[in-house]
Amino acid sequence: MSEERYQLNKELAQMLKGGVIMDVTTPEQAKIAEAAGACAVMALERIPADIRAAGGVSRMSDPAMIQGIQKAVSIPVMAKCRIGHFAEAQILEAIQIDYIDESEVLSPADDIYHIDKTKFKVPFVCGAKDLGEALRRIAEGASMIRTKGEPGTGDIIQAVRHMRKIQSEISDLAARREDELFEAAKQLQVPVELVRFVHENKKLPVVNFAAGGVATPADAALMMQLGAEGVFVGSGIFKSGNPEKRASAIVKAVTNYNQPDLLAKLSENLGEAMVGINEQEIALLMAERGK
Amino acid sequence: MSVGILAVQGAFIEHAHCLEQLSQDYVLLRKKSDIPQNLERLILPGGESTVQRKLLHELDLFSVLKNKILEDMPVFGTCAGLILLAEQIAEESTDGFQSLPVLIRRNAYGRQLGSFSTEGTVGEVSDFPMRFIRAPYVEKILHPDVQILNLTDHHITAVKYKNQIGTAFHPELTDDLRIHKLFLAL
Repeated sequence: MSEERYQLNKELAQMLKGGVIMDVTTPEQAKIAEAAGACAVMALERIPADIRAAGGVSRMSDPAMIQGIQKAVSIPVMAKCRIGHFAEAQILEAIQIDYIDESEVLSPADDIYHIDKTKFKVPFVCGAKDLGEALRRIAEGASMIRTKGEPGTGDIIQAVRHMRKIQSEISDLAARREDELFEAAKQLQVPVELVRFVHENKKLPVVNFAAGGVATPADAALMMQLGAEGVFVGSGIFKSGNPEKRASAIVKAVTNYNQPDLLAKLSENLGEAMVGINEQEIALLMAERGK
Repeated sequence: MSVGILAVQGAFIEHAHCLEQLSQDYVLLRKKSDIPQNLERLILPGGESTVQRKLLHELDLFSVLKNKILEDMPVFGTCAGLILLAEQIAEESTDGFQSLPVLIRRNAYGRQLGSFSTEGTVGEVSDFPMRFIRAPYVEKILHPDVQILNLTDHHITAVKYKNQIGTAFHPELTDDLRIHKLFLAL
């Protein structure tokens, strides 16, 4: 990827800021998401809650299904490939996907190496639990980062933990003396140039969204107040009682995340939220996939 | 001078940074009560036009802003912002401001792989860096008073009509503040 292409890819993520990216499995769901105000959709065969329930190996979606969704909507379409599965990523690039999520939600294809994302023209978003992980993904070519909250659970605790961790590590780094940055880079296992960027700018060099466990407008507002620049919503919408209404409410909650009066109204009568699973009840921690 | 930046979704902070560099105060508009009585300028940022349009209506920002635009308050729309101003959208209906008499085509260069950057002349401004991100272009001018500010590869990518400036590219993603300056001088 040329420096110029990488810049354009980071800039597409900037355009998504303040928005909600919704998981969809059919063109019909994609249209509902677009009408409800999604700024992009994530095309996948099964939403994370169902992947979790079904078990087994979960892979990149059928390209025909993704293309059906690309035809159905005018907003950007993202899709997931397995961690380290660069051939799946090549296929997604061939069908002109707008963003690839190298995602722990699918079964990892490689337990050592992530995809060398610098070899691609299409942009990648990757999950991160802490600053080191975020900067390692960025060094590999990711042009957008998201938290690695536990997908398919409706439990926000992990996304909160990751966002707080990343933000506090950024503050720590910003407060360091300049001659301490080499050691910080060593500890974080990342290139010193990226450490220097964070030190000087007090932020990641790419956009950072919240993902995993967002089920309500209040969850979305919580993540935005903790410093997320936008929100991914997976199972939270199409596993709830009234997807249209809930999706639309979450979109407005992201825009006005610090207006409790409005959030109160948005949270009224949304029907049943997804049932969810608590962190302690989960047999499989997807966030532990890829470091 | 009171300048508002629509901040319902998208890259509004980038415009705010441009104004800060020009020592110009601004307010972010997220809901109706954010709109100052004496609003004198409006910036419509990049982002997803479908989302922004929906939120403009649902957060009750639309009519107040539309009235001000029709009263010739200067407005500057970039990318999605230009789409919000356009009178017509190719192959789609619109309930945007429709104050700028052009027909616009969304995603005119295709998907993200079609995004590109170049340099060109924008009105009186030469060698301006232009960044096109899943950009639209103006397919047709619908009024003789619409002034074409830029042609890139035979496509119209920047226009001016009365006090409205629209660009298909993103001046706010560059360090070049010349178009923002022009807008503030309108």
